[in-house]
Amino acid sequence: MNLTLKVWRQKGAGAPGRFVTYEARDVSPATSFLEMLDAVNEGLIARGEAPIAFEHDCREGICGSCGFVINGVPHGPRRGTTVCQLHMRVFEDGDVLTLEPWRARAFPILKDLVVDRSALDRIIQAGGFISAPTGSAPDANAILAPKEDAERAFDAAACIGCGACVAACPNASAMLFTAAKVSHLGLFPQGQPERWDRARDMVRAMDGEAFGSCTNMRECEAACPKEISIAFIARLNRDLVKASFRPRRAAAAAGV
Amino acid sequence: MSAVAALWSTSIGKKAVMAVTGIVLVGFVILHLAGNLKIYLGAGAFDAYARGLRELGEPILAYGQALWTLRLILLAAVVLHIVAAVQLTLTSWAARPVAYTEKEAVAATYAARTMRWGGVILVLFVVYHILHFTLGAVGYAPGQFQEASAYRNVVNGFRVWYVSAFYIVAQAALGLHLYHGVWSMFQTLGVDARSNGVYRGLAVVVAVVVVVGNVSIPLAVLGGLVK
Repeated sequence: MNLTLKVWRQKGAGAPGRFVTYEARDVSPATSFLEMLDAVNEGLIARGEAPIAFEHDCREGICGSCGFVINGVPHGPRRGTTVCQLHMRVFEDGDVLTLEPWRARAFPILKDLVVDRSALDRIIQAGGFISAPTGSAPDANAILAPKEDAERAFDAAACIGCGACVAACPNASAMLFTAAKVSHLGLFPQGQPERWDRARDMVRAMDGEAFGSCTNMRECEAACPKEISIAFIARLNRDLVKASFRPRRAAAAAGV
Repeated sequence: MSAVAALWSTSIGKKAVMAVTGIVLVGFVILHLAGNLKIYLGAGAFDAYARGLRELGEPILAYGQALWTLRLILLAAVVLHIVAAVQLTLTSWAARPVAYTEKEAVAATYAARTMRWGGVILVLFVVYHILHFTLGAVGYAPGQFQEASAYRNVVNGFRVWYVSAFYIVAQAALGLHLYHGVWSMFQTLGVDARSNGVYRGLAVVVAVVVVVGNVSIPLAVLGGLVK
């Protein structure tokens, strides 16, 4: 199959960008989207042109490195699929595909389709962890967790931090990401002691970045390659409101 | 108080304020509809309802006291709702300075995407509505508006076809706002999202009942059913 690609090319952060049209020839329907781009890049390199920069690592849909917008949809048209796991068979011969980086003030473009997603890391740093001794691995089932809670925690923990939720959101909000990261710890016994501080600190960090504000449009849920539900956003909303009416953990401890 | 201030300082807290004030406003819209529908019981019942609003709570409260208290609560809810909406909207607009060349709405409904400008239409409508039926300052021939004759005011007001048309358009905007807003309240306040279908259904019922009920009145006047 032959395709026309309109790709956002930008030399570096702050540099002006523009769309450049490329032809992808003799693409096998069995190749992945990134393999198709690899082939296009080999052609560009052979012609002495700069290859299209895109982020990738595992190519198994579990690392969260890859992701760009294909024809207005983050990670492309197939639900629950990262762009590395998207195969060319979902497209048709002659298709014209527009490839655009995530567009958000919080995600400055570094080059072509690569954006800086450090803002998500800073949200994690604000509370997406458990302050517990991490010696050797504890015995399995030393801390009991109900199966339902474990399942839901895993659903949230499936978040790979790719940023598609922000990219898809008409408000460029990071609520689904933050909700997933707050919830997967908040659903487990180990996450309980810091649950309320975590919700407050991570929301404050999220608000401190250049993200927008959620208006419940559900675009994030539809774009998420891990199909994380906005039910976790409801849970974050609930936790944050409850947390606001509780003293911080340090303050509560001082009162004893 | 510090908890409320802490909430207001976060984006989620402002949304919670929008949800709670939204509940107040939806409650008002439903009670307002119940009052409006008394138009079908005739001039006596409708004017008695209008008078009753002002005499509410007597003799413990003075004439108009309960009504003004409710009006102030509503005003506070409207102001908080709008202030939070404006602040959150500005944050969101700033969050994507470079728009997508191509962006497809995969899940967002038309109602969800038009909440902001739909809200602006509703504010303009409410201002007109108060100037029209409460104060009689617009939409009437001189001397036509009589404060004690609410029924006649409604009939005379809606006999002007373009006024009726504006009311009907505003109700469509209200219906869309309710369709997304009522469902959103549950999501924003974090009520267990596993019953999402129920909240969506409730939003549909509220939106349809309010729009059909309210739109029926100008249509009934124009059609000669209410005269």
